[in-house]
Amino acid sequence: MTLLAILGIISSAIYSGTSLLYATLGEVVGERAGIVNLGLEGVMLVSAAVGVAVTSRTGNPYLGILAALLAGVLMNLLFGYLVITRKANQLASGLATMFLGFGVSALIGKDVVGVRIAALPRLLLPGLEGLPRVYSSLFRFDILVFLAVPVAILVWWLLFRTRWGLGVRAVGENADIAYASGRNPLWLRYQALLVAGLLSGLAAAHLTIAYTMTWTEYMTGGRGFIAVALVIFSKWHPLRAIAGALIFSAAVALQLALQAAGVQVSPFLLDTLPYVLTILALIAWGGTRRHSAPASLGRVYLGTE
Amino acid sequence: MTSSAVSPPVSANRTAESHDGKRPLLSLRGVTKRFPLVLANDHIDLDIYAGEIHALLGENGAGKSTLMKILYGFYRADAGSLALEGRPVQIHSPADARKLGLGMLFQDFSLIPALSVAENIALFLQDVGPVVDLRQVERRIEAFAARYRLQVRANVKVSELSLGEQQKVEILKLLLSGARILILDEPTRVLAPHEVTALLEVLVGLRSDGYAIILITHKIKEVLACADRITILRGGRVAGAMLRAEADEKKLIACMFGREMPDVTRRPRSVTAETPHPVLELRAVSTRAEGAATSLKEINLAIYPGEIVGVAGISGNGQRELGDLVLGMISCAQGEKFLFGKPAGRLSIRQARREGVAFIPENPLAMASVPFMTVLENIALTRPWRYARRGGLTLDWAAIRRDALAGLEKMAYQLPLYAPARTLSGGNLQRMVIVRELGLGPRLILASYVTRGLDVQSAVAAQQALLDARGAGAGVLLISEDLEELFALSDRLIVLYEGRIVGTFRPEETDAYQVGYLMTGAGGAHDSRR
Amino acid sequence: MTAAVDRTRRERRLNRRIADAALRYLLMLLLALGLFGVILLLSGKNPLHAYADILRATLGSTYGFSEVLVAMTPMLITAMAVALPSRVGLINVGVEGQLYMGACLATWGALTFIDLPAWALLPLMVLLGMIGGAAWAFVPGYLKAIGLVNETITSLLLNSVAPKVVSFFIFGFWHGPMDTNKTANFVSAARLPTFFGTRVDLSLIFALALLVLFWYVMRYSRWGLEMRAIGGNPQAALRNGIPLKAYQVGIMCLGGAIAGLAGMALVSGYFGLLLANFSSGIGYMGFLISWLSFGDPLGVLLVSFLVSVITTGGNLLQLTQGLPYAAINILLALALYIVLARPTFVRGAK
Repeated sequence: MTLLAILGIISSAIYSGTSLLYATLGEVVGERAGIVNLGLEGVMLVSAAVGVAVTSRTGNPYLGILAALLAGVLMNLLFGYLVITRKANQLASGLATMFLGFGVSALIGKDVVGVRIAALPRLLLPGLEGLPRVYSSLFRFDILVFLAVPVAILVWWLLFRTRWGLGVRAVGENADIAYASGRNPLWLRYQALLVAGLLSGLAAAHLTIAYTMTWTEYMTGGRGFIAVALVIFSKWHPLRAIAGALIFSAAVALQLALQAAGVQVSPFLLDTLPYVLTILALIAWGGTRRHSAPASLGRVYLGTE
Repeated sequence: MTSSAVSPPVSANRTAESHDGKRPLLSLRGVTKRFPLVLANDHIDLDIYAGEIHALLGENGAGKSTLMKILYGFYRADAGSLALEGRPVQIHSPADARKLGLGMLFQDFSLIPALSVAENIALFLQDVGPVVDLRQVERRIEAFAARYRLQVRANVKVSELSLGEQQKVEILKLLLSGARILILDEPTRVLAPHEVTALLEVLVGLRSDGYAIILITHKIKEVLACADRITILRGGRVAGAMLRAEADEKKLIACMFGREMPDVTRRPRSVTAETPHPVLELRAVSTRAEGAATSLKEINLAIYPGEIVGVAGISGNGQRELGDLVLGMISCAQGEKFLFGKPAGRLSIRQARREGVAFIPENPLAMASVPFMTVLENIALTRPWRYARRGGLTLDWAAIRRDALAGLEKMAYQLPLYAPARTLSGGNLQRMVIVRELGLGPRLILASYVTRGLDVQSAVAAQQALLDARGAGAGVLLISEDLEELFALSDRLIVLYEGRIVGTFRPEETDAYQVGYLMTGAGGAHDSRR
Repeated sequence: MTAAVDRTRRERRLNRRIADAALRYLLMLLLALGLFGVILLLSGKNPLHAYADILRATLGSTYGFSEVLVAMTPMLITAMAVALPSRVGLINVGVEGQLYMGACLATWGALTFIDLPAWALLPLMVLLGMIGGAAWAFVPGYLKAIGLVNETITSLLLNSVAPKVVSFFIFGFWHGPMDTNKTANFVSAARLPTFFGTRVDLSLIFALALLVLFWYVMRYSRWGLEMRAIGGNPQAALRNGIPLKAYQVGIMCLGGAIAGLAGMALVSGYFGLLLANFSSGIGYMGFLISWLSFGDPLGVLLVSFLVSVITTGGNLLQLTQGLPYAAINILLALALYIVLARPTFVRGAK
């Protein structure tokens, strides 16, 4: 196997890992506030479809990203209305959101199926200008790739170093105490879902506008569920999410590398790796109770009246 | 609070008089609170002074917690007034109370285990900017901690702290958020002895810096160790108020339990000492408690057929754990348990029930009944094997009904058999559990607070049922806070204090004073085994 | 008050509650149809035509109706796979995975014991399917019972694993000579018999029998009493001597076994072969149906029927209205959203 092939695999792993990281970060923020969004898959699908549709209509990928962000926020707020204001069951509401996402994205995307859209420009990784073109082309990434790790750090800073983040985490742990400290748990949860929606929108935008550059139905291919698993794997921590997303894309890269080397490992079994690892990690860490899962995750806050 | 409408009662001698001309920081006058079934506070007057520790002493149910919840804005009083530094004030919510400088330390801590100490405290600081500088918060914590011997590691998660350390964090939280009047609701309940000493030192330190401290407790030792002023509540009223110098153990106990000591009416023992095996025997049993539960220490206890052993103690001193231990909900960490003469350390609850163990828990709603099931279904629940037909495919509802009706008739109770348990009143729920558990000839009865919530007639019926069961050869473990009941029914009496048996008596050898001493942790251990 | 009077009063109250509920659900359904109509209008379709098409295609002909029943069968079974554990307070979101494993094991039976006659092979496949599902459910059930990991998380994670295991077997070993992503057609002995020349097969009978059995056991048996007690108040159940952990593991496995039966029914009946990623969310749909009908057998039947009418009609929308098939999910999701949001139409209704 040539160096070129390996680099190519790494390059594509970074691409696939980026959208996964954004999606995981979004779910981290939501779950830190105590809300599991199983509908992430649906949210991402709608964002992706909207992003492609707007980009193809306007020819401007940045407008597409903006539209994807908005779509993500809207979908999350809709979900939030169910689980926060109407106090509905989070799992059921998430699944309903997933089905809604399937439908809405198919409807929005039906005119742009297979249409190739204007992609985000790609910039060479600084310091690699001297490389031969065959190599350097593998290190040309779009702006969203470059932003992924800074955004993860930003999310970490927001959650762990600001008053807002302290409130969000308190709500996710014990909404009554958060209320006692003078905060409005419902409003904070909406805010967290809004941020989560932005991040899911980014994930979808990167997937379509930078990576595949086309729309097909169900194109997220389970990334939403992988992200939910990665949140657990990274113990609800934004910086560990970087590692989680990297490990997963490394598994994909490994699989591609092995195939390139002629070693036959079933790609399907490799695909189960992130889930199996997560379950094993949960067992090894001694379960969810003792480890970092926000204490009131999934619980409805009924208020104090 | 509606202040002007109610004139303060004549109360010259009921409050501890202001000495040395000090003006009270906080004064309550004629505070009254009525709940549907009980008058929880009846015209209570209370004066709190800066730089003093004011102990509020009383049994459970004496009205201490209700009074403090009114003070902290959880409840609204029906009548009475409140003044801070002489100015009338209104407290409608905990937020109001905090603004006035009141801080309350609850029995259940309001800390988030997953957050660090500094984060937990920062959550309640009003002057933290949009970006939280935890270092700065930690420095502020350390300043207070050093001054009042409240050292905690500010950067570790609360989940890693002991209960004593968590309590320090709670106190620090109150101090940092600017409280001047600290209300401590049974603060020593979860603490180990050395931690109690440390806490009392902290309180003394705070007092000398001018904080006003209200200490709610039923432990006389602690009161005598640190209080400046003592108010005793009994049955929702002020039963006594005195300065520390005027108080001693005997006086306080007399005030707490009332001058009317129960008539001790003895009933003859039905079975004599030659009975072969005890129905229950615990040999040096200790348990390991989680969280705020009490662990039992070195319990030695035997109950013989035809015997009622009463357990006296203020609730929270291991009674629940004792019942759960015998039933099999919790296991022995050390020691051995025998039921009906056989080792029972690994017996499942179902097996114990099949052997004839009946269980009337302290909280029938949470621990004994399924709210959405009917009374009849709840009654069937304890003995499904008795009613299962065709290998369990059907249940013999006619038999269940027969048993239930027979039980009801025996006790002269009435219950709607087809109503869901959640629609029952507390008294009816208790009746349901009594009928179910005492119905079918149990051999060992674990009964906690049997008569709680019952009217006199039903209570007498329940007590009679226990005596009847004793007559039929059952052993009874009777847990109660009602000394009168314990003295009337028990053949032997043990006193639980902090998970230990601190006294074993025959009722005729003792009196309520002596038991009261032990219940409040005041006296030494006493033993007069059979 | 005598028991008889007590009982009639209770029944009258119950009837009124049922009538209220029916009215509320009808209004919710109309609201969903109205909203979806707006969406159809926005995308330039005539909603009335679309709805007429759906009705004609599903309830307007014998064939259409039979197709609704075909779609309904797996939903009924998977909904039961959720409803049963929910009675002891377990949330089984893992039906999707259990269904795949059931299908996987049943397929192994069908491909291995080709020579067996139908009367032996079919029961064997049912058994294998149920074992597959139960084994998949054992993991979350056991981890929950020993207090280690929440069953929701594990069963959800395992959902993503099972289809890939199935794909592994299909692509690696079982695929037919012509295909890579599916097995060859099963031998006829491994196919569930169908009725009246339609695609309705024996599994519908399984499903209905399951509903009745579930209702009966819950209502009349000793185990139903004990399970309801656990679901209602686990602490009290434990103190009454009901073996909580044994029930948790056992019932979770039984739920998985039912889900496995659904998988077996799909491969042996509907498809007649094992196809990679064949389910497309039926397990999740079962969860929603069970949740919406509060695990009540009659409710499961009604909700499943409605959902199948919608999804079966969706096929047609694609043909006649030029809408993507997935668009029917919008109608479905709208209906779910409206039910989840619990709107109050009448003051005082909860």
